[in-house]
Amino acid sequence: MLDSLFIYRRFLAVSLRAQMQYKASFLMQLGGRLIITAGEFMAILVLFDRFDSLIGWNVYQVAFIYGIVNISFAVADAMTTGFDLFGDMVKTGDFDRILIRPRSTALQLAGQELTLRRISRLTPGLVALTWAAMNLDLNWTFANASLLMVSVAGGASLFAGLIVLQATLAFWTTETLEMMNTLTYGGVETTQYPINIYRPWFRNFFTFGIPLATVSYFPALAIMGTPDPLGTPLWFQYIAPAIGIAFLIGSLQVWRIGVRHYLSTGS
Amino acid sequence: MSQIIIEDLIKRFRVSERDAGMWGAIRGIVKRRYHTIDALDGVSFSIESGELVGYIGPNGAGKSTTVKVMSGILVPDAGRCEILGRVPWRNRTEHVSRIGVVFGQRTQLWWDLPVIESFDLLRDIYRIPRAEYATNRDEFIAVLNIEGCLDVPVRQLSLGQRMRCDLAAALLHSPDILFLDEPTIGMDAVSKLAFREFIKQFNQERGTTVILTTHDMDDIEVICDRVMIINDGKIVSDGTLDELRRRVSLERRLVVELVDNVIEPTIHPLANLANRDGRRIHIQFDPHQISAADLIAHATSQNQVQDLFVENPPIEETIARIYKDQAT
Repeated sequence: MLDSLFIYRRFLAVSLRAQMQYKASFLMQLGGRLIITAGEFMAILVLFDRFDSLIGWNVYQVAFIYGIVNISFAVADAMTTGFDLFGDMVKTGDFDRILIRPRSTALQLAGQELTLRRISRLTPGLVALTWAAMNLDLNWTFANASLLMVSVAGGASLFAGLIVLQATLAFWTTETLEMMNTLTYGGVETTQYPINIYRPWFRNFFTFGIPLATVSYFPALAIMGTPDPLGTPLWFQYIAPAIGIAFLIGSLQVWRIGVRHYLSTGS
Repeated sequence: MSQIIIEDLIKRFRVSERDAGMWGAIRGIVKRRYHTIDALDGVSFSIESGELVGYIGPNGAGKSTTVKVMSGILVPDAGRCEILGRVPWRNRTEHVSRIGVVFGQRTQLWWDLPVIESFDLLRDIYRIPRAEYATNRDEFIAVLNIEGCLDVPVRQLSLGQRMRCDLAAALLHSPDILFLDEPTIGMDAVSKLAFREFIKQFNQERGTTVILTTHDMDDIEVICDRVMIINDGKIVSDGTLDELRRRVSLERRLVVELVDNVIEPTIHPLANLANRDGRRIHIQFDPHQISAADLIAHATSQNQVQDLFVENPPIEETIARIYKDQAT
């Protein structure tokens, strides 16, 4: 386990150095990303400027949830580039190179690349979260601070799990299905707002089906000290992020089935 | 016990057929037709520790499939495959830490990294002890003459340089078995020679088993003690290079360069003219029927000869004949 962490760190260091070989390209892409994500955040501010509140939620509360979800996704997105590129690896046969090395395939793919420019997505999330926290008059107990951390970890795990599942499909289709992007990118768009604003079936899908809302919305309520309009108990809000981690573990099991399938078909 | 045991290996691939055009593509989604290809159709062989084995066959004969099975990245449909006492795909990580693989077509190194950093990363991936790593690295750098490549990103290397670095990378962890899949493809002559020399020497010094697939018969002649030929998923020949030659034909050739461009050179009745290229004639003979000395004596007494030499038929022709014999 420790050894795996060590090699993962080595992979990431190598990936960063490789990206720095193309500095101009990196800076331009980073700049582009920043403008896009800042634009998205501005859109929310404009929205609230007109309406002031969203079915009982004030702008700071929404920004708080928005912050957690976007930070979670940014972390997951940057760490799973290897899985994003996986469809091509199967097509070109580069996955064989992964298989002939004495390390777990998931570890090697996760370490394939830590995409720095994707970390730029962190910025709007961090800005939103900080801005919300400063205005919300939160009670920063140890429990709340840890819950925030765990919530981001749970959210990132869940997004990572989805991206792993999406990559796993490539074992069968040799194309990563764009359809899955509705779950990842669409999931971000959906769950960055408080989920009680949606219709029940839609809400339930993101609570129980793909529990994206579960891992960010519920802990956010606990931290803000806001009772859930939907009536979930506080203890549930505390353990909710664990569901994200469980989801990732489950996804990795499915991944292993995919690898076994690949080994027997060789395509 | 043999280091590599392969028995009755069978692997079939299902290939989906698709009709041409738009309509074919749509129909392909609804109902797919498949046909199966027997990539491996009962392949058996065993290899002892320290052997240098050439594994050849036409494209699509099953070479790569066999190598993939042996390197643990493909599971056969049936048959036995035991390498170093392990089933490769069942203990993938243990298995691959004892083998080295070089694919001529693609590099194992990190494209954007200087070579030396790839080496360092491999040290950590394979958990190579520091001292062993340092010894191997320094030795390979010296023998393969890659000192000048170490700080260069892999993408900037020439093919010959890259292959030498790839070879070093595959051996850093002192594997027991080395698989070389068409390693010399596209290499310049100097790199090829250095590459072959290194493989032979490395095998002698370390006793590492080497299995080499190639289309370059010079690779086989220089490096290998034993040649296995696969065609249509079956092993059709397995033995030393000399045995292979003897099996196919006993024929040898006398090449004679005449002084004049005579129309009808006199040829010994027990031999015959294989082909003619102006003043140069190729005489085919079976050494059991007539010795080379007698034939030469006859040729020089009956014709005005400027130069002559005896040659084995080119190995390509030998192999081509085996493929053809199999097909008929």
